[in-house]
Amino acid sequence: MAECDKLAEQGRRFFLSRGAVAAVGAAAVAGTIPAGAAEAAPAPARIAYPVARLANVADLQPNEPMPISYPDADSPGVVIRLGTPVEGGVGPDGDIVAFSTLCPHKGFPLFFRADDRSLTCPGHYSRFDCEKGGLQIWGQATANLAQFRLSIAANGDITAIGVDELIYGRVSNVLA
Amino acid sequence: MAFKRNIDRLPIPPRDAAVHNVTCHFCIVGCGYKAYSWPVGGQGGTAATENAFGVNLAEQQPAESPAWYAPSMYNIVRQNGRDVHLIIKPDHDCEVNSGLGSVRGARMAETSYSTTTNTLAARLTDPQIWRYGTLSPTSWDDALALVAEVTQRVVAQQGEDGLIVSAFDHGGAGGGYENTWATGKLYFESMKVKNIRIHNRPAYNSEVHGSRDMGVGELNNCYEDAELADTLFVVGANSLETQTNYFLNHWVPNLRGASLDKKRAQLPGEPHAAARIIVVDPRRTVTIAASEAEAGPENVLHLAINSGTDLVLFNALFTEVAARGWVDRAFIAASTSGFDAAVTANATSIEQAAELTGLAAEDIRKAAAWIAEPKQGGARRRTMFAYEKGLIWGNDNYRTNQSLVNIALATGNIGRPGGGCVRLGGHQEGYSRPSDAHVGRPAAYVDQLLINDKGGVHHIWACDHFKTTLNASEFKRAYKRRTDLVKAAMDSVPAGDRAAQVEAILGAIRQGGLFSVDVDIVPSQIGSCAHVVLPAATSGEMNLTSMNGERRMRLVERYMDPPGQALPDALIVARLAQALESAWRAAGDAATADKFKGYDWQTEEDAFEDGYRKHEKGGEFVTYARLRAMGTNGFQEPATALDGERIIGTKRLFADGKFNRPDGRASFAATQWRGLQAEGKQAEKDKFPFLINNGRANLVWQNAYLDQHSDLVRDRFPLPFLQIHPDDMAELHLAEGDLVEVFNDNGATQAMVWPVPTARRRQTFMLFAYPSGVQGNVVGKGVNELIIPNYKQSWGSIRKIAAAPASVQHLTFKSQDYRLA
Repeated sequence: MAECDKLAEQGRRFFLSRGAVAAVGAAAVAGTIPAGAAEAAPAPARIAYPVARLANVADLQPNEPMPISYPDADSPGVVIRLGTPVEGGVGPDGDIVAFSTLCPHKGFPLFFRADDRSLTCPGHYSRFDCEKGGLQIWGQATANLAQFRLSIAANGDITAIGVDELIYGRVSNVLA
Repeated sequence: MAFKRNIDRLPIPPRDAAVHNVTCHFCIVGCGYKAYSWPVGGQGGTAATENAFGVNLAEQQPAESPAWYAPSMYNIVRQNGRDVHLIIKPDHDCEVNSGLGSVRGARMAETSYSTTTNTLAARLTDPQIWRYGTLSPTSWDDALALVAEVTQRVVAQQGEDGLIVSAFDHGGAGGGYENTWATGKLYFESMKVKNIRIHNRPAYNSEVHGSRDMGVGELNNCYEDAELADTLFVVGANSLETQTNYFLNHWVPNLRGASLDKKRAQLPGEPHAAARIIVVDPRRTVTIAASEAEAGPENVLHLAINSGTDLVLFNALFTEVAARGWVDRAFIAASTSGFDAAVTANATSIEQAAELTGLAAEDIRKAAAWIAEPKQGGARRRTMFAYEKGLIWGNDNYRTNQSLVNIALATGNIGRPGGGCVRLGGHQEGYSRPSDAHVGRPAAYVDQLLINDKGGVHHIWACDHFKTTLNASEFKRAYKRRTDLVKAAMDSVPAGDRAAQVEAILGAIRQGGLFSVDVDIVPSQIGSCAHVVLPAATSGEMNLTSMNGERRMRLVERYMDPPGQALPDALIVARLAQALESAWRAAGDAATADKFKGYDWQTEEDAFEDGYRKHEKGGEFVTYARLRAMGTNGFQEPATALDGERIIGTKRLFADGKFNRPDGRASFAATQWRGLQAEGKQAEKDKFPFLINNGRANLVWQNAYLDQHSDLVRDRFPLPFLQIHPDDMAELHLAEGDLVEVFNDNGATQAMVWPVPTARRRQTFMLFAYPSGVQGNVVGKGVNELIIPNYKQSWGSIRKIAAAPASVQHLTFKSQDYRLA
């Protein structure tokens, strides 16, 4: 649960230093930085997203989030193997999902709760359900949580290929 | 799967984008926003020199960035006849919200009318008359002439009591000083209509008569007081959901200890600590969970009383603080009357209160100490008392309201920093009307008039009683029966034969029919019964002034065009008044016709000048130009002077210790407990197993008049929820998401089951006023002596209708409560 704790701790730190924080990006979770970004055009996106390897199925432990970033290093997220199949999940068990961890309300970093598989915001208490496509359980955000579209290769590599909502803090999901 | 917009890029406002002041038109907090607009076909760039924010938008923006806007804050709308991009985003310079956007207000752009993006395509665009078996579009002149002619004929035959009116009386959307003045002038000056009611209750009355009669106006503090208080005492309010950014921006800093520097600076010479909070509510809410996370559970006291027993608790607290001498004797002596008599009349022991409220005696004692025990060194404890619908729409409104004000007065907490005894509010306020004295007190119980075949014509201004009244099952049956009589009559003669139409309508009215005129911005449920529907503009489509819960008055500037032929309510009133003048003149009654003069307003600002400027306290200092210059901060009413062109306001009421009574003294009240006061409530409680408590959800504004057209909200709540303990569900053989019927002798409604382990057994909570399941259907007709409804104390039975429908299969039922990592 080391990564989970790290995420939670980071959320707490941001929370406590509210107002004094200048840059989320600089403190973003150090995760897998997309390498060799190839162009993909998954419908219905209107911009070209990088295709980025996030992890391998073998790297994931059930219900333990792995910090990643997508579409670039300044956009933190998590990939999670939930352990039970969910709608929209990928992988051999249909249970792997990935989300942005910037709260779509005000950009505070979300922390993962393993006990109910939710991402929660320490800024203004918004909560999102990782088992329901990032549906906001309760909160201030006017969007459900941005989910990263995934594909799985035969060797178990998990690749992000797009995003289904605007990521907090961006006028374009792919910065330019 | 959860609703997603699949938007991955937004247009960028250019440096020369137009910027308008916006106050959120939903809840009473009135958060400040700015509307950025620029013509379609162009946009700014990501370079700092190329966009309205002066920020490099090619970079990831930090948390709380003033330079980010969500897809819900964007739309394409018409402005002065041309298409423009529109961004409505929270204003970081507004003292109310400091850049925070609520889940309601931050969707203002997305819930605007657009013929390009097709949002709010349901908006009313044209006047409509019931013709050819449906509501058919027509001109303003045609529609208003019919309304005026039928109204004139009914009033000529029945007197002004034959005209029944339902009208907003508040600020924000569907209200504001311009529109309340206009409707007030028509019905209270040109006419003396007394059969009039307000949007959420069946009569024309204050919800807080109790406080006012003691001389204590109900919006008496400022939002900063929540940052200064030692203790927040909150009754029947779930402020994280219903006054969201007031809670987040002003309560949380105090609970967290972040306002200590402000306390020490403004209130030197006394000890300060982070605030403690007491919440009186039968239900555990997200407000309580968040308060525990912020202040620590040891600084949060949840008094989960038996529903409806608030008054007993307050009398016991009053008795306890008096007995212990934790009162402000100097304040009591200088500024109040009747203290000793009230102490005697209201004497209630903590043990008595514990028995009736179901609370532990030690918790009541703890509450008394948190409220009033002097701080170290003997300094008076500063406690802010705040209440809302749990009290207002709860048992024995008048006395309960007064019993709370008693405590605030005894402890010297009104007119002082860190104090106040305030309603928290629903809508913003915006009341400016000629005297309503002729309405009388108690005011007429208008719903009973409508149910019992009284009156012949009903004018409705932005009200939907089918969703927001009590005894709604019976009300809807009667209303449909009466209006169907008129529809059938109208269908019986050619629509183009006006004289025959009017005769047919009047014939139906003589048979018990009712002619219904509905003014609104969207089709409403009561509007489905109307014979004439008139399209109104809303906030932002007209200039509109209102005040928030700390009396902060702002001007929302017009930033877009109303849909189609829609007009501001004030100008609809003006045209209706002119049509009534013509109708009375045509009927040969020049004297009555002359009463409808004085409506030659060309703009909503004309109505403001005629009303607020001339009639409200301090109105002479207030102009559109000055309000525009004062932006989203405005000033706090009443205005008292000018500093150049800057309006000087009033931070707190009663700061001088003078109250709204002839002798200037606030009066204590005798408030003895009398059980469940409203007719039928005790019998209902005895007969039915489940409390059907009810209230609001963060995501939904009012009766969902706009939200019912929002993809985000419809996806989240296709049906109203009924929160219920899992053990109760097991007994009823229910699973999460199941569709149930809630029923009692008043009627029935439907809801979707939501298991909540923290709920108390047999105490459910249902989303109020939702279009797809109206809680008011099961609320009895019993009211208090001043015709205030009691929505909260309702009891019913629950039975399964169907397993979870497809529309709820994707939903989550996990705990809403925030917990620390």
